[in-house]
This record gives sequence, C-alpha cells and structure tokens, in this order.
Amino acid sequence: MSQARHELDWLNDEVVVSEVDVVNENVIAGKLPNVIKKVLGWGYGNSTWPLGFGIACCAIEMMAASSSKYDIARFGSEAMRMSPRQADVMIVAGTVNEKMAVVVRRLYDQMSEPKFVIAMGACASNGGPYWDTYNVVDGVHKVVPVDVYVPGCPPRPEALLQGLMEIQEMLKTGKRGLITKG
Amino acid sequence: MERTQELLVNMGPQHPSTHGVLRLMVKLDGEQVTWCEPDIGYLHRCFEKLSEQKTYPQVIPFTDRTDYLAALLNEMCYVEAVEKLFGDAIVVPERAQYIRVMMAELQRITSHLLALGSMAMDLGAVTPFLYCWRDREKIYSLFERITGGRMLYNYLRIGGVRNDLPEGIIGTPQDGEDKADKTIWGFINYFDAYVYPQWKELVTGNRIFQYRTQKIGVLTAEQAIAYAASGAVLRGSGVKWDLRKNLPYSIYDRLEFDIPVGKNGDCFDRWWVRQEEMFQSSRIVKQCLAWLAENPGPVMAKVPRVLKPPKGEIYHRIEGARGEVACYVVSDGGTNPYKVKWRSPAFTHLQLMPLLCPGHKVADIIAILGSIDVVLGEVDR
Repeated sequence: MSQARHELDWLNDEVVVSEVDVVNENVIAGKLPNVIKKVLGWGYGNSTWPLGFGIACCAIEMMAASSSKYDIARFGSEAMRMSPRQADVMIVAGTVNEKMAVVVRRLYDQMSEPKFVIAMGACASNGGPYWDTYNVVDGVHKVVPVDVYVPGCPPRPEALLQGLMEIQEMLKTGKRGLITKG
Repeated sequence: MERTQELLVNMGPQHPSTHGVLRLMVKLDGEQVTWCEPDIGYLHRCFEKLSEQKTYPQVIPFTDRTDYLAALLNEMCYVEAVEKLFGDAIVVPERAQYIRVMMAELQRITSHLLALGSMAMDLGAVTPFLYCWRDREKIYSLFERITGGRMLYNYLRIGGVRNDLPEGIIGTPQDGEDKADKTIWGFINYFDAYVYPQWKELVTGNRIFQYRTQKIGVLTAEQAIAYAASGAVLRGSGVKWDLRKNLPYSIYDRLEFDIPVGKNGDCFDRWWVRQEEMFQSSRIVKQCLAWLAENPGPVMAKVPRVLKPPKGEIYHRIEGARGEVACYVVSDGGTNPYKVKWRSPAFTHLQLMPLLCPGHKVADIIAILGSIDVVLGEVDR
C-alpha cells in the first residue's frame, strides 16, 4: 500500500502544460499565410479523433453519442482510435480512481500533440457523487490538464457533442492547437 | 518438438473489447492461451463504504451506478430488501409492484440488447451494435418520459415508485412501429415484429458468428454450479434456475413466462439464452401493461418521513440482467444502514475467465468475455 501511495505522489503536483504547443506555433504554423492556417484549422477541427476509452457509466452515453441516433460522425469524430498515438482528444468518461489515474496519465502522455481532454460527467469533473470517498480522484484535472468540462451524471449525448464542438471551435479559431491567431 | 516461448500479454485496462476497465493478463503459447487472470479494481468507487454514510433513500442512486446497464434492477433489489427489513410496516401498493416489474423487464431488454450488440461488435460485426442502439434509444425515450432520466433513474422508492406512469404512455395493443418511441405497447409490438426476428436472422443465424461462438468456452453444468454462476451463464449450461420462477419475489408468481435453457454451455448458448430472454421479457411487459391499463391506484405506500428500520439484517436476491443480484443490509435502528453488502453476478462470473480461456485462441477470449457479459462498475463497485 505504501508503495502505491508513493507512486501516486505526482497527483498532488502542479500540472505543467507541455510546451510543445508553443514550439509548434512558432516553427510550423507561425510562418504560414493566414489562409492556410484557417484551412488547417478547419481540417483539424473536423477530424478530431477521440480515444476509445470508456471507464464507467458515462462510457455508455459516449457509445450512444457515437451510434445511430446521435451520430458523432457528423462532427468528424466517429473514428474511435484504440491507440492513444492516433488520437486527438481523450474523453475521460467516468470515475477515475487512484488505480486508474496512473493509466489515464500514461495514456495522455502517449498521445501526440495537439491533444485535448474532455472531462465527461460529474465524476471526471470533480468526483461527482463519490467526491469524499477514499479511493476516487475528485476531478481528472488533478491528473491531466482538462480543456472542456461536460456536466451531468451522466451527460446526455447532446452535451458531449457540445463539448466536442467547443474543442472544434478552439481548433478553428486557433485558440489552441497548431494554428495561431492572425 | 519445437515450442515457442511463452509470452505474457496484458489486455487492458484501456482496450476496445474489455467492456470497461478490466485488465486481463494472458500467457500465450503461439496463439494458444495457456493462462488467463483478470485484474480488477480500476473502477472501485467505494459504494459499500459510502452507503454507510447515507440515509436509506440516499443509497438508491448509488445502486444505480453499480450496474449502470441495468439500473432499475439494482434499485429493485435494494428497495425490496429495505422493505423486507420493515416487515409489515410498509405495504407496497399493487400498482407500484406492477410498474416496477414492467420497468425491470424493459430494463432487462435494454441490458441484453447491449450485451448482444457489444459482443457482436467485439467479434467484428459492427452493424448489430448500431441496430442495438437504435432500439435502446427508443426505450430510453420511454424511460425519460416516465422517470426523467435516460440511463440512471433513481425512480424506485422505498414503499413504491416516485410517480405514476405519465398519461398516454401505455398506449393500446394496436400501436405499431410508428409509435415505438411514444408508447410502451408501441415498443413491444415493434420489438416482437422487427427487433427480435432481426437479431435471430442477422446474427444468430449467421454462419460466421456461429463458427466464432460454438464450442468456445464450454462451461458444464457442474462447473457452473460450483462457480456460483447465475443468470444467462448458468442457464446457458443447461441448469433451469431462475429466481423469478424458483423463488418468486414481487408479483412474478402471477405472470406467465418461460425460462429459456441452453444445452452445451458454450458462448453461443449463452448468447441464445439472452436473445430468448428478451422475448420472454416482452411477454411479461405485455401482461403488466394489460393489468396497469385497467387498475389505477396509488403508487406509494404510507412511509414515515424519516426511515428508521428496526434492528436486524436481511438478505434479498432478485434475478438481475446478468444473474443473481443480491444485497445484504444490516440495520442498527438508525437512519443510516450499518452495512450494505452487494452481491454482483458479474464479479462472480469474472472468476470463470481462468477456467474457460486456457486452450483457446487469443481471439476467443473476446468471445468468452463478451458472452459472460461483465460490467466493471458492478465488479468493482
């Protein structure tokens, strides 16, 4: 047990957002003309591939969002990548506990830039109904930097789609990702 | 004889086919599985400890979240256990009992639909998964009108249900496909006419699917009993044991339905049992609807505002979607349960993996795991 605690010490550390974004902005996109930047942003925005990674109840709503009725393919995100190296956005769908937190962080580290995290549901946002228990990490932002929080327990598929659209917006306007504004 | 080196492979916890966050440690000799061991605990959410801090009604939403695919069945188990603890002090109205059973059977259909759909998807057929969601969404929209929630309901109360069925939701037996997401009769007729035959023809009768599942993961009846299997896993092995018939609770003794039983105990039989159970559930829903349409009445018993069950302990078990869901509640006379212990079928079934997997190919692990249908929320609680 004591060893497990030791492994998790970094949970309390401050989250450092990687500097790769900044470098990319300067080196790759910084010198390109604005039109190309906009086209690139549009392309990235409409092909954000999520990591196929369901944890708990919210995963079922994520599946609902990706199948017949809600059809996430309309937003270009139907390609659930099972390998983190091919994914752009990680949807943390469910309760992250201390055993799982290590895995979540590892998956995040394996994803390539630019990468986004959606904290789906109450548990991933702040622990939800399990916030004061002995084993649940209350909020996935203690493990990985979160871009969009989607409230609900579980959120409706529409809510998840809105969260995804927020990320598309970030990519298209150049708030985050490879493209800089102006 | 030349042999390849044994290889230890980790499947999960992030894996497309592990139904959540299960980690399987598998030893492979070539493609042959020689050893398989599940590692659980990636979704331990302290349900049992948490329920000691909550009052009796406050535990109900947490029971939803144990097995999130069959939330109402879990609620039913807990609520009936607490009602049993009260003894004669709480008499649940008959209408509430019928509503509970009807909702539970609809929930069983949704749960089995996803079990079948995800198993088919794991075996490489994506189309049935989309069909399963098309039909699940129809039940979801019905549930949303009745309970207010799509997936997790908090609908059952100690002493009844929260609210009566909204007006017009029952419909008439003539309702067809066009009303499948508007009335319960509409859905049931749609289910009998389209969904059930479609599954039979599309997947069960598919030869590729049969080759992938027949004679895979054979569980004999003796083994199934020795490993405390229940539900479709037990009945797939040919044991006719269903708590709804053998130890009837609620109003199941008044309803007419059959228990489908498999023969060989392989993955295909477990699949077949689930598919037939959906049909039996639709039969039960029809009988409940006929009764509910004619018998209005209260849906909530007279219950004190602060629930303090007498000192004692109770063990109550019901037939859940995955098997025998049971809960053990100890009361010390206060407002909070002294202890809530949950018996989850998925946890019991997961111990079958080391028994069933060795000797098969690595791709068959997915078929076996899909056929025993674990939900990790329930395994780890």
